[in-house]
Amino acid sequence: MNTYEPPIFELSAPGKIGANLPALDVPAAELPANLLRSDDLAAMPELSETEVMRHFTRISQRNYCIDTGMYPLGSCTMKYNPKIHEEAARYAGFAGAHPLQDEQLSQGALRLMYELQTLLGEISGFDAVSLQPAAGAQGEFTGVLVFRAYHLSRGDTERNEILVPDSAHGTNPATAAMVGMKVIEVQSGPRGNCNLEDLKSKLSPRTAGLMLTNPNTVGLFEQNVREVAELVHAAGGLMYGDGANFNAILGIVKPGAAGFDFMHYNLHKTFTTPHGGGGPGSGAVGCTAALAPFLPGPRVEQYMQDGKPAYRFFTPAQSIGRVKSFWGNFGMLVRAWTYIRTLGAAGLREVSETAVLNANYLRVKLQGTYPAAYNRTCMHECVLKGQLAEAPQARTLDIAKRLIDYGFHPPTVYFPLIVPEALMIEPTETESKQNLDAFVEAMLKIADEARADIEILHQAPTTAPVRRLDEVRAARQPVLKYDAAKFAQLREEGSARARELATPRT
Amino acid sequence: MSHYISITEAERAEMLAAIGVQGVTDLFADVPEALRFPELKLPPALSEIELRRELGAMSNQNANANSHSIFLGAGAYNHFVPSAVDQILRRSEFYTAYTPYQPEISQGTLQAIFEYQSLICAMTGMDVANASHYDGATALAEAAIMAVNSTRNRRTVLVAPSVNPQYRAVLRTYLQGTGIRVRGDENPHATLDEVLALADNTTAAVLVQSPDFFGTLHDLKPLVARAHAAGALLVAHFDPIALGLFQSPGEAGADLATAEGQPLGIGLNYGGPYLGMFACSEKLVRKLPGRLAGATLDVEGRLAYVLTLQAREQHIRRENATSNICTNQGLMALAAAVHLSLLGRQGLRRVAELCYHRAHYAAAELGKLPGYRVEDRGAFFKEFVLHCPRPVAEINAALREHGIVGGYDVSQDYPDMPNAMLLCVTEMNSKAEIDVLVDELRAS
Repeated sequence: MNTYEPPIFELSAPGKIGANLPALDVPAAELPANLLRSDDLAAMPELSETEVMRHFTRISQRNYCIDTGMYPLGSCTMKYNPKIHEEAARYAGFAGAHPLQDEQLSQGALRLMYELQTLLGEISGFDAVSLQPAAGAQGEFTGVLVFRAYHLSRGDTERNEILVPDSAHGTNPATAAMVGMKVIEVQSGPRGNCNLEDLKSKLSPRTAGLMLTNPNTVGLFEQNVREVAELVHAAGGLMYGDGANFNAILGIVKPGAAGFDFMHYNLHKTFTTPHGGGGPGSGAVGCTAALAPFLPGPRVEQYMQDGKPAYRFFTPAQSIGRVKSFWGNFGMLVRAWTYIRTLGAAGLREVSETAVLNANYLRVKLQGTYPAAYNRTCMHECVLKGQLAEAPQARTLDIAKRLIDYGFHPPTVYFPLIVPEALMIEPTETESKQNLDAFVEAMLKIADEARADIEILHQAPTTAPVRRLDEVRAARQPVLKYDAAKFAQLREEGSARARELATPRT
Repeated sequence: MSHYISITEAERAEMLAAIGVQGVTDLFADVPEALRFPELKLPPALSEIELRRELGAMSNQNANANSHSIFLGAGAYNHFVPSAVDQILRRSEFYTAYTPYQPEISQGTLQAIFEYQSLICAMTGMDVANASHYDGATALAEAAIMAVNSTRNRRTVLVAPSVNPQYRAVLRTYLQGTGIRVRGDENPHATLDEVLALADNTTAAVLVQSPDFFGTLHDLKPLVARAHAAGALLVAHFDPIALGLFQSPGEAGADLATAEGQPLGIGLNYGGPYLGMFACSEKLVRKLPGRLAGATLDVEGRLAYVLTLQAREQHIRRENATSNICTNQGLMALAAAVHLSLLGRQGLRRVAELCYHRAHYAAAELGKLPGYRVEDRGAFFKEFVLHCPRPVAEINAALREHGIVGGYDVSQDYPDMPNAMLLCVTEMNSKAEIDVLVDELRAS
């Protein structure tokens, strides 16, 4: 089936409309002539509702998604997105409530937020939670701002360095830089853990804090987490926990008890609010009582009204301020609340246990062919290397692309940066053994293919809607919006390429 | 075993044997024993039937666009969302997909982002739009940072006091560690002319909003000229619905344009998820934060889309990135793309006309009520300031009894404007609904 769909602008014809709008029922007021737009919106397309539905449905079919297959993307926690979540977030009292309506008219929404603050705090071992940050990176930003505010409030004005392990996600150093901090990189040790000697040498009276992902990005639990925390605290710094990998430790360990002062939760990972093709997420944050006064506001508190619990907003005393409009990505909060209440304590622990079981199962099945970066029990993801014996020319990129032909989304590749040819595999707890076995079989077949004829991998994928893309052209001659002339040129080049391929090589 | 887990007890045993451990708890030996397996004091798990009851009860406690007439805006707007928008958002192919880092199997998301960018450019008259920010507030804050990074030795941004107070708060949060100064809104009633008069050789950007927080429309052309004369960039924060009728930031010559995209097919959602729209001129594109989709070809010459110019982003540049943004509001950008495609050229204009004319009808009728006065702040779009005879909280409490969510209490942010209500009228408020509001205010 040909699934190609032209840009929506090429489907437009003058005079069509795709929305059924009311007639004007009041007298027309005079329009300020000097403020009107001059182009009469000529660049906007015109289509019927029928055409718009067909267009977006057709392009949707050019996507891979969780509901069609396994998505073993390391560090992304692409687990099943429950359908009750989608229904609940659309209840009229959630989806249609105005964020500034009176608190008296919003008690249900406020109660849900209050309960979610409490639930997240309990699961992670923190005293206070703010639901405002919109994504993990904004949670990190919030945390580093809170560290800064905490140190300044104590007259500790020289702390302008954030320590970041070399295995960290790119958002960690980017966040620290955005807050005006200097980024100091800490080396990993032989087990992918924090190198304590290197850490010691980099701690100083300028240390504001350390940003640590635990389990770390090579999928291992930081065994020395308490020693690391003691060292950082002894130097006067604070411990930031990147919660990207929280899915491994629900009911297994509470970061708040392990020496962390602050962490963000990726509700769109661990608590399975859908990724939406890139967002929205939610980067709620939790922290110790000492840091609570600096959290962004407003947060929600409970009070008694006429003998019954009621809920209202409050802003912490020394708050760093707002990090976004209103209260956070509320629709994601509804889904996260629903998830936690669906599973309860035993169900959450089962999530982490099964996620870790699945990852280790893949590790033992694959590490004989794809060398493990670290030969030991992993947490919710395992990091292998796309380095195949007897097929030295095989590359991780080619292995990933070939997986597409076998019906799998590729793992995260070339991350973490400290592992060469990294394949970071996170199956999550929701995959069946049947799927895990099929994935193993595909990976082993690909290794065989690499040994037999590397061209099979170089040509992959061949079954996807498109084949490998010319990313160099995309970057050197950027076409970032629809332009009829540029599209005509692209098509001309495309036809030339197709002709060239059709010509037999001599 | 929960209904989301797909592994049987027998399979679990088989897998543990393959791994070579006795039980699943053995997999957690790296966790210090004293910390291992803490008790989680959580309420008991609920069945789906119980969940629906609990969630339904909480939902029913909230006023909403179905249960009430809403005349409240101030940054979140009750606009029409065609049914077709949510039908697209509910497609698993879109909402259960990840960020399109594997373009061969993500063409749906990539084409949607590309079309979103294209539609935003068409509507704003700007050269380039990115794939989204968290909301209007963070888009404006990141625009200020980008402006500083795009100019030389200029470390001050000017912000008009008529910019939404929450946006100005977020701007200050974002800049608190950077050493970038924020000025311009010290006097809460400074005019745009007065703000522009502060522009000098330390000013990186001037941030203005039109229609502004009070609903007032501004001609941005002279402001752009004055900002440029001082060597500063102009950042225009706009309302996408207003662009159906009024001057676009592109035709005014703005360097950067940001907006809250929630009015484009996204429900009120009690404040989120919303959509940060962000656009700029061609010459600034290398400093742009966030993701960008571009058109290219595959090896066989087929037209295709891919994330591009990623050398700006955190996963490549780490501490030298233009921003730390990673996850954005992708699905909300899709909502906006579908919404704009449905409305199209005619629909966008008609929605803007409905808002404008109904808001002016409401203002005219309310202005006739004894004790009430509509403040003349110049031309306005869908919001206006109504001075009331009593505190706004009292009036809203009375309106609440009649199923009406009244306007925003301006005195919360502008203490010298007691009894001032910011009212919002959109295409969702029919003449009949407006007449009821007028009657209730007359009676109260």
